[in-house]
Amino acid sequence: MKKTYKIDVDCANCAAKMEDAANKVDGVKAASVNFMALKMKVEFEDGVEPNDVMKNVLADCRKVEPDCEIFFE
Amino acid sequence: MTEKQKQNLIRIVITSVIMIALNFIEVDGMFRFTLYIIPYFIIGHDILIKAVKGVKNRQPFDENLLMAIATLGAIALALYRSGDYVEAIAVMLFYQIGEWFQSYAVGKSRKDIADLMDIAPDYANMENGDGQLEQVDPDDVEIGSVIVVKPGERVPIDGIVMEGHSTLNTAALTGESLPRDVEPGKEIISGSINLTGLLKVRTTKEFGESTASKILELIEDAGSRKSKSEEFITKFARVYTPIVVWAAIALAVLPPVALTVMDSEPMWGEWLYRALTFLIISCPCALVISIPLSFFAGLGAASRHGILVKGSNYMETLSETKTVVFDKTGTLTKGTFSVVAIHPEKLDENQLLHLAAHVERYSSHPIALSLLEAYPNEKDDCLVENTEEIAGRGIRANINGDVVCVGNYRMMEDLGVEWKPCEHTGTIVHVAINGEYEGHIVVSDTPKPHSKEAIKALKAQGIRETVMLTGDAKAVADVVAAELGLDQVRSDLLPQDKVSEVEKLLAGKRSEDEALAFVGDGINDAPVLSRADIGIAMGAMGSDAAIEAADVVLMDDDPFKIATAIRVSRKCLRIVKENIWFAIGIKVLVLVAGALGFASMWAAIFADVGVAVLAILNAMRCMYISN
Repeated sequence: MKKTYKIDVDCANCAAKMEDAANKVDGVKAASVNFMALKMKVEFEDGVEPNDVMKNVLADCRKVEPDCEIFFE
Repeated sequence: MTEKQKQNLIRIVITSVIMIALNFIEVDGMFRFTLYIIPYFIIGHDILIKAVKGVKNRQPFDENLLMAIATLGAIALALYRSGDYVEAIAVMLFYQIGEWFQSYAVGKSRKDIADLMDIAPDYANMENGDGQLEQVDPDDVEIGSVIVVKPGERVPIDGIVMEGHSTLNTAALTGESLPRDVEPGKEIISGSINLTGLLKVRTTKEFGESTASKILELIEDAGSRKSKSEEFITKFARVYTPIVVWAAIALAVLPPVALTVMDSEPMWGEWLYRALTFLIISCPCALVISIPLSFFAGLGAASRHGILVKGSNYMETLSETKTVVFDKTGTLTKGTFSVVAIHPEKLDENQLLHLAAHVERYSSHPIALSLLEAYPNEKDDCLVENTEEIAGRGIRANINGDVVCVGNYRMMEDLGVEWKPCEHTGTIVHVAINGEYEGHIVVSDTPKPHSKEAIKALKAQGIRETVMLTGDAKAVADVVAAELGLDQVRSDLLPQDKVSEVEKLLAGKRSEDEALAFVGDGINDAPVLSRADIGIAMGAMGSDAAIEAADVVLMDDDPFKIATAIRVSRKCLRIVKENIWFAIGIKVLVLVAGALGFASMWAAIFADVGVAVLAILNAMRCMYISN
């Protein structure tokens, strides 16, 4: 399942870090961050609950970029 | 400006004011230190906090940490030696100014590009029970509902006109300013502006599936497909910062140690200062921001011209195009037959056409359609009887008692009628009346109005080879190729032959960096479109299949747009390369100068902030690419 989320992040470098962090989260098959459009596309593994996974994605992203936001649910 | 941006701007202004004021106050020692610490904290406290968080989360090469170390180090040096805190605070101040400008510029470009692409309205008009118009959310409009589009409004959803006559401006979608007339029964697509008359439209799609929404989605997604330049920058940024930081540490430690060993003055302070300067230049922000911004702006500018590029990588490949291969029918030519010449023996031209049209009255063959199109008043009082189609030959009918035969040369030979050939290339339709040859009509597929100029423009841009592929006969193909000025033509091709011809051309490329573009009308050219380096589909207004198959989609069917597309991509890539060379070049220069002691922290902060600002401004140039 694929979903696209609106995000808020200040610099392009940070966006790249968010992408790396998101890709490492359990349940995420592939993630890509579009800095210019402020969107994050996530392809989830089968059988996971997107919102649960996204909570972890947000937590991990906050570690690399404390000011970031991901808008889900 | 966002809230955060406003707050930061206030902090910047306050700090600057304090700094100027403090310049006029004569104080020394600890008192001086305390006074200067105030503006430092005003402008720098968030950086320091983020630096501490970065250490806790094990992100040592965070630019916040590096800025913190650099400026705290500079303050320590000042405390120990000169008492000049201005430099340290100025560095922090300029860093914040740079960050602020970056944030502002990116926000503004996003907004500018969004405005450029503001083609989907956020409401639709529907008639409610009382016959009054009410504005609804376009997402809520179901397929098959009737919406009303007033003059001056944008069409929100694709549909078919039920009532009303008007003209539409499709400039936002195709870049074409020529208005289109619409009347009941015609399809209209979202994003166009209704100019003159009220229209009632029955929707054929949902809002999210309508053309305007799909175009917006396509452009947004396009930013996700990274070009080679962007990937290079990402890799570069990952190694640049660690390298510079280690170099800074080495610079702080090694030379003083070496000097001590050599019994010279170690100058710890001096080398520490130089090392701190390094830390300031360690952020690759200018590059990392300006490159995606350039591509995004370029993609937006291209869509303004009705050229949809589906990814930054395609924009890049497009700029490297050196060979363009065209499909003929429907791409360079109109794809419909039209009457080109009428050569009667004795009759009047119009009379010959008149009779031929009658004979073809019941046929749906493209040639018949062209004859009927050339003679619109076919439904007149003439008596048309006994229409008979003779396979492989033509059609025979009785017109007002005369036996009229319209067909190819074989039909004439069957009748024993001597026919005349024609120098015109195209399909020749002979006419015989009561067993006598009365002349022929030439029907052919005409080139599009701008095809010739398109080829000329491409040649002027340095496209080395222009090639046409077609399933048509050699004679016809050669004439069209000569008329349009193409370099090569291959005719009599079956669909699979087209693919092998493209492969041959690909094999003949002079280098890997050259790209081959194929231009077709989408649906039946899918295999060739995917085989070429760049697949360009034309006439895609409303055609989902074409949009899927191609890498670049031209919303209208004017081949001249291909030249425009290539020009846009080249300018965009040129700006990207300018930024890369500029940013890396200046940084390396200042690094070297800093290591040798020729650059102060002021120079370092300019190398960081100034370069970023200039690179962003340069990137925004990508938005203004004219015709």
